[in-house]
Amino acid sequence: MTRFLLPLALFILLAAVLAVGIRHSPEKGVIASPLLGKPAPPFTLPSLTDPAHAVRSADLKGHWYLFNVWGTWCGECRQEHETLLQVRRAAVLPIIGLDWKDDDAQAVAWLTQLGNPYQSVGTDHSGRVAIDWGVYGAPETFLVSPQGVVVYKHVGALTPDTWTREILPRVSGLPAGKT
Amino acid sequence: MMWRAARTSLLCAALSLGMAHVAWAVDPTELPDPKLQARYVALTHELRCMQCQNESLADSPVDLAADLRREVRDQLLAGKSDDDIRAWMSARYGDFILFRPRYSLRNAWLWGAPAVLLLIGALVCWRVVRNRMTLLPADHEPLEEDGQT
Repeated sequence: MTRFLLPLALFILLAAVLAVGIRHSPEKGVIASPLLGKPAPPFTLPSLTDPAHAVRSADLKGHWYLFNVWGTWCGECRQEHETLLQVRRAAVLPIIGLDWKDDDAQAVAWLTQLGNPYQSVGTDHSGRVAIDWGVYGAPETFLVSPQGVVVYKHVGALTPDTWTREILPRVSGLPAGKT
Repeated sequence: MMWRAARTSLLCAALSLGMAHVAWAVDPTELPDPKLQARYVALTHELRCMQCQNESLADSPVDLAADLRREVRDQLLAGKSDDDIRAWMSARYGDFILFRPRYSLRNAWLWGAPAVLLLIGALVCWRVVRNRMTLLPADHEPLEEDGQT
């Protein structure tokens, strides 16, 4: 009897392991960020729209914000732009942009043409800040808590679905009535 | 025959020269110290390009790989150790960036699996051999009986 039971048991075990593996495998090509649950990397960057000021992570402490990495060279960024504008209109939290390895004039033209969803945009010509955030392809969006901890990361174009299902439920302590 | 062999080797030489040129074009970085240069080459070959994912930093022509190579170079010049640089990279991009994975509690089962499988195999092997050994004399007798009839 054990002759048949043992291979069967092994097969069931293997099938269970593979089933769990498939169920829990992350979305294709998406790599879990080691930043989740850790303090957001600090940065000080020249502002795209206001040359007199800098965009500082230190100034963002104390409230929720989205950190959105984009560039005019990035096709998917154009796709998600409408969603970003919706998020801005919802006025739940500010979006801080990181203009990654981009041309300033083109970036300004992009925002003038398509609308500006950002509270402020920092320009990262060298790509150094993007590396600190573990960015490997635009667009990427991070949700940062008032304590300055990275709570969630989304790779690829942001959709209204991601916003309502993944981001909003994570944002706590919001003024009532704002969704 | 000789001519063909010569022609083939010539072609191979030409091809490899072409490849060498391509490799040089991806990453022209030269560090002043040959020792640093050797470590630079080793490190950029064992760190993954996160954008193309199946290429190393050394082989990848994309922008991000160039940025990360620049980081490796700057940190080597600043006197960082290889382990420092690997830790710096994986703090940002996760262990996925290391082509040579580190041992950790999370992947311990992966490292242990071959030994466990080998043990299971050895046990099965031992049982099969033992069973066969008890079977042998039993198989032998009917054959002799067949011969007699």
